[in-house]
Amino acid sequence: MSASLVPAASGRASAGAPTLLVLRDMLARPSGATGLVLVLLHLVVAIASPWLVPYDFKAISASLILSPPDAAHWFGTDQLGRDVLTRTLLGGREAILVTLVATPLAVAWGGFVGVYLGLVGGRLDDVLMRVVDAFLALPWILKMLLLIVTFGTGIGVLIPTLALFYGIPVIRIARAAAHNVVARDFVLAARARGHGRLSIIGRELLPNVFDALMVEGAMRWSWMLLAFSSLSFLGFGVSPPTPDWGLMIADSRTYLPIAPWAGLYPIAALSSLIIGINLSADALAKALGVDRAQKAPI
Amino acid sequence: MLRMILRRLMLGAITVGLVSLIIFSAVEMLPGDACTALLQQDAQGQRLANCRKELGLERPAYVRYAHWAGGAVRGDFGMSAHGDKRISDMVADRFKNSMLLGICALAVGLPLAFVMGIFAALRRDRRLDLVLSALAIAAMTIPEFVSATMLILVFSGWLGWLPGIILTSANAPVAAFFPGIILPVAVLAMVMTAHILRTVRSSVIEVLDSDYVRMATLKGVPYRSMVLRHVLPNALLPAINVVALTVAWLLGGVVVIETVFNYPGLGRLMVSAISDRDLALVQAIALIVASVYVVVNLSADLMTLLANPRLRTAVEKRP
Repeated sequence: MSASLVPAASGRASAGAPTLLVLRDMLARPSGATGLVLVLLHLVVAIASPWLVPYDFKAISASLILSPPDAAHWFGTDQLGRDVLTRTLLGGREAILVTLVATPLAVAWGGFVGVYLGLVGGRLDDVLMRVVDAFLALPWILKMLLLIVTFGTGIGVLIPTLALFYGIPVIRIARAAAHNVVARDFVLAARARGHGRLSIIGRELLPNVFDALMVEGAMRWSWMLLAFSSLSFLGFGVSPPTPDWGLMIADSRTYLPIAPWAGLYPIAALSSLIIGINLSADALAKALGVDRAQKAPI
Repeated sequence: MLRMILRRLMLGAITVGLVSLIIFSAVEMLPGDACTALLQQDAQGQRLANCRKELGLERPAYVRYAHWAGGAVRGDFGMSAHGDKRISDMVADRFKNSMLLGICALAVGLPLAFVMGIFAALRRDRRLDLVLSALAIAAMTIPEFVSATMLILVFSGWLGWLPGIILTSANAPVAAFFPGIILPVAVLAMVMTAHILRTVRSSVIEVLDSDYVRMATLKGVPYRSMVLRHVLPNALLPAINVVALTVAWLLGGVVVIETVFNYPGLGRLMVSAISDRDLALVQAIALIVASVYVVVNLSADLMTLLANPRLRTAVEKRP
């Protein structure tokens, strides 16, 4: 790691290392390079897949039910005779779109609230952190299911729901990160100069917790994907016939021993994306000098 | 010391109270109530009003909350929305089964996680460590339903060694769940091991880098006794809290695993209760699960407090 990448521990110039340097540092690690390539590949496929796919994802064929991979259908067909290659290529679009929009939203609101509480402290902080704890005591799946049962599924519900829930743990991370900064001299100086709270948050605190929030965001992304596909798998997410990995895996389970291709390809696609994100997040954490091993697995 | 324990207990109780409030108001905000679920198509006019009167739904929300919370404290959650069964009876067996699943997973996963985590740390950045860390990342990030499906495919579909679906009824004796329970336990233990292993590893590494370990090495303490007497006691204590947090996280993962394997536990009951809009049952399960989380965390807190004299000083620092 080059000297300039040591996280700036003091002063307000530490708005994170320059993006290019961080990227280079991530690519220098084999795991980071693998992760970035996987994620990039998935993004490209998600964008380009409507023009790439060989068949119509809804096209049902009675004569092709569960037929094994061949020259015409590289990945075989599923229980309704639909092309598995087509559905696998398209199957991540919804998940990637929803989580890519929801993650920045979650990190943004959770990060802001956390930093604000870290700065203000006192009674408000005490009460709100109790509420956060209570909220985290409920399993994520219960909270998600309750909201989905109330408001239905679809992108319009899933994005705000995921953004809301996954922002709550971010509050804790951001608050802890802000606590490390609040007592520093430059924050005191800003207070002495008479800056308001918002100005201190925007100019002194946020730049200093930015690295921690970036790493947190990368990890939130993979957990959101996990939540999204689990919901689809349980039948509470994307509705058929929209191709979705979680749904495809659920549908293929009964036939898996006789037709493994219908499930294995979406499994490989989903796993490679999630592993890619995590490898990237790990490399990003190392490049930025943020320790992520101690993070609570919520 | 006593004051600190009391303080923790009180904070735990407050958390459970807050959770019950969140659950109650969340369910309160859902459209429909117990009567619309019970009467379904007939839920209109006089019949709806009569039913509401009968179940006491016309009372203000805070009265009903007090009634519900008061009952819950005594273990009485009222009747299921479909009106035929007591919730406490429905939940009891399921709770026992979920506990069985969780305890088996802990019994398998905990020793594995500690042993592998310690070895990974002692061989930091060598091949064993890199392999274990990569496996851990894979195990904790791949969704449970994916690893469960793969295990079913291999051990049930291809090899035919173990049943992939559990057909045991909810009130069967513990012994009846074997060998069906092996695969769900394996999935759960795998995820759990990965999480705990990573924490144990980083915790041990942190201690290995500390000044007093360097001091011990310099004064010639043999490696083995340095590890056993200086490193492990100090490194493993913080891991207790992570075990507790992992258990909490497992409570969510259990829902998916139980559904995949058709295991008659609390998680699957919750999914079906939500699909059936059985709100009373959902409330009860949510409260039970949250209480388990709080109790587990509380006991981890107390265990660390008892085991670590340094935390017993009067300085009370909120995390």
